[in-house]
Amino acid sequence: MKYLDEYRDAGLARQMANEIHRLTTRNWNIMEVCGGQTHAIVKFGIDELLPKHINLIHGPGCPVCVTPLDIIDKAIEIAARPNVIFTSFGDMLRVPGSKLDLLSVKAAGGDVRIVYSPLDAVKIAAQNPDREVVFFGVGFETTAPATAMGIFQAAQMGLKNFSMLISHVLVPPAMEALLSSPICRVQAFLAAGHVCSVMGFEEYFPVAAKYRVPIVVTGFEPLDILQGILMVVQQLESGRAEVENQYSRAVRREGNQPAQALMRQVFKVVHRRWRGIGQIPMSGLGLAEPYAAFDAELRFGLADHQVEEPAECQSGLVLQGVKKPHECPAFGQRCTPEHPLGATMVSSEGACAAYYRYRRQPAAATATSL
Amino acid sequence: MCLAIPGKIESIRGDDPLTRMGRVNFGGIIKEASLAYVPEAVVGDYVIVHVGFALSRVDEEEAQKVFGYLKQMEGLEELEDGG
Repeated sequence: MKYLDEYRDAGLARQMANEIHRLTTRNWNIMEVCGGQTHAIVKFGIDELLPKHINLIHGPGCPVCVTPLDIIDKAIEIAARPNVIFTSFGDMLRVPGSKLDLLSVKAAGGDVRIVYSPLDAVKIAAQNPDREVVFFGVGFETTAPATAMGIFQAAQMGLKNFSMLISHVLVPPAMEALLSSPICRVQAFLAAGHVCSVMGFEEYFPVAAKYRVPIVVTGFEPLDILQGILMVVQQLESGRAEVENQYSRAVRREGNQPAQALMRQVFKVVHRRWRGIGQIPMSGLGLAEPYAAFDAELRFGLADHQVEEPAECQSGLVLQGVKKPHECPAFGQRCTPEHPLGATMVSSEGACAAYYRYRRQPAAATATSL
Repeated sequence: MCLAIPGKIESIRGDDPLTRMGRVNFGGIIKEASLAYVPEAVVGDYVIVHVGFALSRVDEEEAQKVFGYLKQMEGLEELEDGG
């Protein structure tokens, strides 16, 4: 496929990797923020092409993984109600709440439906005026424009039976939270290309300057990721800390203006708890006042209830890059994709699930698939 | 929900910028996607689609830069003729 195969060319990837080898003289800790990049790195064995000096830290950029437990519990509570059609992206169904997951609600007779887009949920609401239709609005800045349009269209259509359980999160505040943590080991970031295709990358300039970290907006194919690493290493080795754009075929500096405009209209920035990390100030999106009628938490009267996460799950340390998935004692033993203790094992973009799928043997024994 | 790949717009339906839809071809699999956020996109363009919404038009010139860079690095003859 065009714009895909050519970025997976093994020979070109090796050539890029050789250049990284040539330039690297010291140890560097580089975080790839996005779970999609983590998945590609582990799947294609990109880390094994790199010099030993380069340590890739897998970041918190998986919305399935960071959606807080109390929101999952609220989703389950709403989905179990008799008159509700609960719609969600498929990857949220197996995320464990404190007792159940959405899939078990469905198995017990709950009307839980997987949709591809929030607009599908709006359509279901229009077709079922006597049922309450709820959409589970999660994700980073990549899915927020779709959620915003779902709300906007529902409002235009005057739908009274539609609402959303919103738990959107924002990437830059999470990067800042990581950088200001005393256990932070991150020296440079590969920023998530698709998030930047929406938001642009203006907001990274103050972060790069304040914390003296190179930030390179990076795509998702092997050649993209290797070039992103090369650009970061060039900066690190020469003492620069700038914002650069590797993924220029899809990302403009100002981002997607129409998407940002609708997001500003429909959402407001709120404090948000991140599963495994805790509260990060101004790191989420909630519905703006004019759209409060579409807020499922208000509609279903779900009081704020905080839930403790299972102590055995170390996903918080994995999400902050302090531990690698296989360093957790439960990894592959009491915690597997079939029986996950935490969300990083659930989502295919979660670091633990990626390691489980591609790395059950020690890394050295895994052949690269490039 | 985050993974996205580029697809080619085969046809466009509707004139209202907010509800304009495209049939997008992902290597033989056709899906409908909202073009509300890519008002500049036309038939034949490649777009990156997230949960039913095209969020970015792929810039052909920018897409070729990495190959130019690699060619410059080592002189890749096999890419010489538009590979």
